[in-house]
Formats: sequence, structure tokens, C-alpha cells
Amino acid sequence: MISLSVNGQTVTVEAEADTPLLWILREELGLTGTKFGCGMALCGACTVHLDGQAVRSCSTPIAEAAGKRVTTIEGIGASSVGKVVQQAWLKQDVPQCGYCQSGQIMSACALLASNKAPKEALINEAMSGNLCRCGTYNQIKAAIQGASAELVRGA
Amino acid sequence: MEHTSSSGTTRRGFLQAGSATSLTLGFSLPLALTARAAAADSFAPNAFLRIGGDSSVTVICGSVEMGQGVLTAIPMLVAEELDADWQTVRVEQSPADKAYNNPLFGMQATGGSTTVRAFWEPMRKAGATARQMLVSAAASQWGVPATECRTESGRVLHSSGKALQYGDLVAAASALPVPDAPALKDAKDFRILGKPTNRLDTPAKINGTAKFGIDASLPGMLVAVMARAPAAGAKPVAMNEAGARAVKGVKNIITLPSGVAVLATGYWAAKKGRDALAVQWDLGAAAELSAAKVHKMLSEGVANATAVAKDAGNLSQGAASAKRKLQATYEAPYLAHACMEPMNCTAWVKPDSVELWVGTQSQGPSQGILAQVASVSPGNVKVNTMMLGGGFGRRFAPDFTIDATLLSKISGTPVKLIYTREDDMAAGFYRPAAMARFEAGLDAKGKPTMLKADVSSPSIMAASGFMKIPDNGVDAMAMEGISDNPYDIANMRLAYGRQEPGPQVWFWRSVGHSQNIFFMEGFIDEMAAAAKQDPFEFRRSLLGKQPRYKAVLEAAAAKAGWGKPLPKGVHRGIAVAQSFGSYVAEVAEVSVDKSGTPHVHRVVAAVDCGMTVNPQTIARQIEGAIVYGLTAALYGRITHKDGRVEQGNFDAYPLLRMHEMPKVEVHILPSTEKPGGIGEPGTPPIAPAVVNAIFAATGKRIRTLPIAPVELKRT
Repeated sequence: MISLSVNGQTVTVEAEADTPLLWILREELGLTGTKFGCGMALCGACTVHLDGQAVRSCSTPIAEAAGKRVTTIEGIGASSVGKVVQQAWLKQDVPQCGYCQSGQIMSACALLASNKAPKEALINEAMSGNLCRCGTYNQIKAAIQGASAELVRGA
Repeated sequence: MEHTSSSGTTRRGFLQAGSATSLTLGFSLPLALTARAAAADSFAPNAFLRIGGDSSVTVICGSVEMGQGVLTAIPMLVAEELDADWQTVRVEQSPADKAYNNPLFGMQATGGSTTVRAFWEPMRKAGATARQMLVSAAASQWGVPATECRTESGRVLHSSGKALQYGDLVAAASALPVPDAPALKDAKDFRILGKPTNRLDTPAKINGTAKFGIDASLPGMLVAVMARAPAAGAKPVAMNEAGARAVKGVKNIITLPSGVAVLATGYWAAKKGRDALAVQWDLGAAAELSAAKVHKMLSEGVANATAVAKDAGNLSQGAASAKRKLQATYEAPYLAHACMEPMNCTAWVKPDSVELWVGTQSQGPSQGILAQVASVSPGNVKVNTMMLGGGFGRRFAPDFTIDATLLSKISGTPVKLIYTREDDMAAGFYRPAAMARFEAGLDAKGKPTMLKADVSSPSIMAASGFMKIPDNGVDAMAMEGISDNPYDIANMRLAYGRQEPGPQVWFWRSVGHSQNIFFMEGFIDEMAAAAKQDPFEFRRSLLGKQPRYKAVLEAAAAKAGWGKPLPKGVHRGIAVAQSFGSYVAEVAEVSVDKSGTPHVHRVVAAVDCGMTVNPQTIARQIEGAIVYGLTAALYGRITHKDGRVEQGNFDAYPLLRMHEMPKVEVHILPSTEKPGGIGEPGTPPIAPAVVNAIFAATGKRIRTLPIAPVELKRT
């Protein structure tokens, strides 16, 4: 039995220790907003926060999440940064197919939580682990810059 | 693997919280809400819309959403003629039903950049029909002639100042006969069409509630991961079944023609079981396939291109009058679609019916195919269309729906089949590898006197299962972009030599244009260089009879500042193409560093896609299509060794990432022409625009994709 906090709620799951966090979230907890893309931490579609840090849940064994705080796309709107980022995504109308966007938003939130006014080079660095096959990168960047401006204004 | 919760939150609680704010889409669509079963308190004059007593307008979309924006475009078409208040417009995904057949295909399917082209008139007519009935209902209620009434933002207004909301008229309108030929608006009166509009599916795609195929879940469902046959016809000769069954959670092992499936309580157990199986394969004759063999076969195909797509003028006279001749051979590899959502399908086969939860581009054909697979009648195949995490043609293929259906039928349980990324990459269904050999002649002034193209590739038409190569032997898709090239050259012979190295070929964003425009626009650039002319002016001089090509070419050049200075080391390339009824020219600004790596800084695109629905979607689709084509030009390559695909995941099949993303400008030309497609036409010009810029930067001509930096390295 492994206990962890998911979006502010404590849950206990029974699973093989090597089961990736991704599949616990999706199949055991019904939190399907976190997506499977590659299984090798190459695409970022499965990005969640583990104790506030962006991690690839497809390559994070559930045992590593034991006792930690996990935040997913379903819960990120409860944070002030998450709310601002989702609003910026909405305003910019970023998604096309949308499959990668949960991971994009989670990476963007982790970046802006650590630095509310990142320069373009830092945005590129922080987001280069998240693939988008539809090619929405410029809209993602514009949304991050919009959210950044909002966070700086609110500071 | 049940879980308990110390805070009282149950799995059901999570599920409910997750779906509370979602759009009513996919499998969450209750059947009772479909048009034909509409309740009496709503007005549904046809299968495409429903107006509620609260004046809400629900549009039912038969095309699937894979990012291209149909769940917004289709409602815009209806809302325009309905004079709806856009704020009240909602959208639902239709069930699979002939009522939603794509008129250009004659089946319910989404692809070929056809949705707006096919439904431009039917959807407007659907809205206009409802509008006319609402006006009649109001006029009758007021006792005035309908001609004294007009509509605006969800209301019928009378010249006296009286007004009624559409919602107040649903009962009366429902009782009226449906008119056959309602009047459609003149384009100058459009209020919604042609205006940049945010997508209706965005809210659900930024909070995790949008439901994709992979998100389907059913009680008692097993998850299947397959050891897929590495080549068509490969046979499993040994496997460790006991090892697979020893994995906790593994419930069943089933061998299908396409591979061996491990069914388990969840993905991870199924994948561990699949890995433990360690299937050994006998590839048979397919084991001889290699990248070298593909190259050799295509070379032979080019040398024997006897199926003539176009023979104009007199080639030998054209050659005789040439003062200068040039020839070049171009080549492009197989490519994978690499949708972000790996192929998957959830199927539940019961004794006399099949139900699917799937993101497929071909809901209609799926009904027929799966009815055969499961031995039920087509009407008993229910397709619940989910969001598609990318399509690009790949999700037109039936492999994953067939296998999921077979696995459910054999196991007797609901089954969700998920391809691993590596399975997805190696599963077959590729953009064809292709080669083209060109010859051209130029007169003393540099004007072309002849053009000869010999093209070889495997045939998508033959591979599709629903098309046939015509009697002249020319696969139209293998030649498109070359056989219909717009250039004013009197003597042309353009021919096809089919070769079938083996891998299953398939539709890939922009299909034949994806490689042929690279070939054609690369070689036209070579002709311009041989003629010692500016590549933009050279093209322009040959497009006198092609005003739409010429207009986008000129617009892209003007917006890009063609001929004006650029930062040191940055150079421009240009290319133009028509595909799917739309004209696109692109100018790429590129530099090449000392290691030979090209950097694409900016792309300026000009597009004429006729009358527009949603310019915001058009700009985004062109930009996304540029990224898709740029990824292919820089990195895309599926190769075979000993019959097996060498690429597995995104490390070996890289996609463009944010730090490599150019600035993109899209300029949409005003047009009164009928709408063209928009999902694909942005892809073809980008590869040649980039390689032509590389030529301008380095003097080196790239004729094989992907671009090899080693060839551009400066010592």
C-alpha cells in the first residue's frame, strides 16, 4: 500500500512498486487529463508536479511518489499560477488536437512558479521537453509570456 | 488493484470531479440527445442542429476533431445562416450515421482537408432551414407577413419592434413543414464567417476534461498491449507464454494475424507481460528489406517510369531547342505520422453488436469493416467518436479498430488496445518513400524549353483498400504536385514508375504533395539558378496563366521583404504549391552554422483558400502544417534494416521542439472563390523553401531528405 497526496487529497493505492505514476493517475484514480505519449520521458505529455517540481509521470515509479504531493492538470487550477496560466491558454486559444496541452501547461506552471518573468531563452529551455505535433509552440510561448505579464502585474 | 482513500475520496468521486465541466462529447453523449430523438421542448429540423427552449443552439458535427478545428468551423457555418447568437452555440460529436456522410467521400470520414469544402453548403443550408422556419413561426404568431421579419443574434424581429427569442419559438417551429431550398446569405452579409473565432473545444483541452480515445474506460475492461508483427506476414516462432502469465495482472494471451496480445488489468501489467513474452519472429521474405534495397528499387522505378501522367508538346523538340540542359535526382524517405496520442481503441463485442470508443477518421467505413470482423450487421456497430490526439491521415487506417474488436470478441471482455510508442512507430502505415529524376532544357534567355520528370514510389491508391490505380497506371497521389504543376512550359513529359518495396503506405498530411512539391520546387529553383535568374522572378515569369499561384507567390515575397537585406548569414528561399484546393507560398529565412546545422528563423506564408470560415484556424493550421513539414525536412526518416523499422521512439524519430521553432507569419488573401482545404496545404512548400534558402546560403543543393548537416559542414 502506497500513500500519496493527489491534488490535495490523500489516496492510498495498492500497486507494484515499479508501476509508473502515470498509470496510477489514469487507471486507478481516473485522472485521465495526464497523457501517455512515449513512456520514456521524451515527449512531456505526462508531465505532473511532484512536490512542486515538473516530472514525467511515465518514468516516475509510484514508489518514488510515496508520501509526496502530486498535482495534475485536474488540480492545477486551484493554484494562483495555475489559474493565471489556464486563463492565458484560453485567451491565446492555444490547443489544436490538445493531447499534449496538459503536459505543456504543467511545465509552464512549474516554470512560472519558480520564475514569474522568464526570458525567452529560459522559456525555450523549460519547454523543450514538451513535444507538440500540431505545432502550437508559438502560441504556447505567447500564452506563457501573457501569464508572466499577469503574474508580474499581480505581484 | 483497487485503492482505498483515507480522505473519503473514492475513484467515482475523482471521475465525477473530472467530468463535471466537460463538453458533451464523445462517449459522454447520451443517445437521447441526438437530433432524431430530440424532445418536444426543442426544435431540430435536421440532423445537424437543435435549438432548446432556453435558446441554446447545439450543432451536431459529423466530422472528427483532430486539431484542425472542425468542432468550431461546422458550428460557425450553421450559426451564420441561422443568425444565431454565437455565445449560445454549443457543439456535439455525432454518432456514426449515414446522415453525416461527407458529401465529397460518400461516407462518414474526415480527411483530405475536405470538411469545410464538403459541408460549406449543407451546413449553411441546415442553418438557413431552421431560420426560415423560426421566422415563419414568429410571423404566424404575430399575424404579419414573414417578409416584414428579420433575424439577428438568436431573435426574430418585426418591423414594428416586436421580438421573440428563438427559444420561444421551438414548439411552433417544430410543427412547420421543412423548406427544401432556403435562401442563403450573400457573402458580404456574413457576420460570423470570416471572423477570427476562438475554438469551442479549448476549455476542455486546458483542464484535462477533454476525452480522447485513450481515456475511455468500461467496467471489467482489460488493457491490451501487443507484440506486433515487425513486418506484414511475419510469424511468431517462439515466445515465453509462461513468463508473460507470471506477471501479476496478466489475464490472457491472444495471437492475432497482426501480432500477439497480452491482456491485463492495466497498461503497465500488459506491457510487462508483452515484454516478458519475448516473441521471436520469422519475417520470411520481408527480412530482405533495407534502406539500400528501397533506394535501389526506386532507382529502377525511375529508370522505368512508363505510366505517363502528362505528355504535352514535343519533348525532343524542346530538348533540341535548349541551349542549356540540367538534370537532377531527388529522394524522400518513408515517414511515420507520429501522432501524440498513440493508436488505441476500446471495443466491446457482444453476441450481436459491437461498440467502440475510439478516435478514428473513418467512423463510417469502420462500421462496415468491424461488422465483418465481428460477424454482426453494420447497423449494430456503434462508434463513439472521441477526441483525436492527432490524425494526419494515420487514424484513417483500420488496424487498431480491427485488432481491438478481435481481442474483445475472443476474450469476451471489453478491451482497450493501446499501442506503445514503439509499436505506433513500427506498426506500418507510412508516407511512401519516393524518388524523382528531372531533366530540363533552357533557351538562350533562360526560358524553359522542356521538363521531364520520372517519379517512382509505392502506390497509396493500391494500398488503400478502397481505391484503384486507373487504367493508365498512374497513381494520382504518387504524381500530384508534379503532374499538375502550374509552370508554363510547352514541352513536358511527367511519368510514374511504380515500385513496391513492401511497407504499407498510407495518407500522410498532404499525401503526394508532401514529397513531390519538395522535388518539384527544388528543381524549379535549380532551373532558376541555371538560368541565372532570381528564383522568385523565375517562378513568377512562368505563372502568367495561373493568377492564384502568382498572387500568393507575390504576396509571400512582398510580406517577407524578398530582395531586401537580411542579417549576416541569413538567406531566403521560396516555394509555392496548390493542394486540396488552396494555394500557399512560403518564404523561409535560414542560416547554416559551421557544423552544417540549418536554423530556420522565420517563415512567411501567403494563402489563398477561397472564402474563409475561421481565419484564426486557417493561420494556425498553416503554421502547424509548416512545423509538420519542417520536422520532416530536418529529421523525418523511417528506415528498415533486416526487414525491421529502425526507429522506435522520439529519440530516433525526433520532432521539432520549441527552441527550434521559427517565427511564422500567415497572410490570408481575400477571395470570393469557393473554399479550399486548410489542414494540409501549408505542409508542401516548407521543405523546398528551406532547402532553397540553404542553397542561397551555401551554394549546396539538398536533393535528399532529411537534410544531412554533415553535407553542409564548413571546414
